[in-house]
Amino acid sequence: MIVDILFYITALVAIISGLLVITGKSPVTSALSLVLNFFCIAFIYLMLEAQFLAIIQVIVYAGAIMVLFLFVIMLLNLQDDMTLFERFDLKKGFAVLLTGLFLLEIAYIFSLDSVSIAPKGVTGASFPELGTVESIGKYLFSDFVYPFEMISVVLLSAVVGAVVIAKKKVD
Amino acid sequence: MNQHIDAIVALSAILFSMGVLGVLTRKNAITIFMSVELMLNSVNLALVAFSRLHNDITGQMLVIFVMAIAAAEVAVGLAIVISIFRNRQTADVTEINLLRW
Repeated sequence: MIVDILFYITALVAIISGLLVITGKSPVTSALSLVLNFFCIAFIYLMLEAQFLAIIQVIVYAGAIMVLFLFVIMLLNLQDDMTLFERFDLKKGFAVLLTGLFLLEIAYIFSLDSVSIAPKGVTGASFPELGTVESIGKYLFSDFVYPFEMISVVLLSAVVGAVVIAKKKVD
Repeated sequence: MNQHIDAIVALSAILFSMGVLGVLTRKNAITIFMSVELMLNSVNLALVAFSRLHNDITGQMLVIFVMAIAAAEVAVGLAIVISIFRNRQTADVTEINLLRW
């Protein structure tokens, strides 16, 4: 019961902060709302017993990536953007229409009888040890060791690329 | 929490739509990147929910890889924004037309 109420409050805060991200006037407001959104999602991960991912969400997303965003906003000294609802023109109306259609489509697909989120035979029994550091580490270094090595190469190339692009003057 | 999987998938769809709306309507390149992060996070949320539902670790593994890709994407993307801002003094995507013609 308590868990239900907590979940719905968290979902509501996540939706409100998401709306603030896309409607906020200054980029700093958007960035701070996004941090709140990330914390809400980390809390839902904890409720789903994905403990390791919840910690990674807070450290990597809300910590590292958002600090990078705020750093760049500070470096660029941007002026305030037009918000979503002032200067509401045809292009924005079309974007809203497209997004609404997309949401309706997802709702329609999941309302079909042939599509079920929980197929037959899935009991949904709880295995709390699934999301622990021990379990994640065990699978990451056995079954998923090849993708793990690949992702390290991707990160290295991204770091080198970022340094080269940000350093060089484009003529 | 397993009775909430429907609600979590619905939340994920709503957050993804917000990200799409942000990418389509905002003009500031940095806000567009934030909307992309919102979309990546909503997909992660659905992956974790399905991983919990099926008691399969693969979904959570995919989330770790998506996070690594997101970090790489943000680093390169923000470097491009800085590079463009240095030359054009703007981060408005409607004024950046280097590759248009």
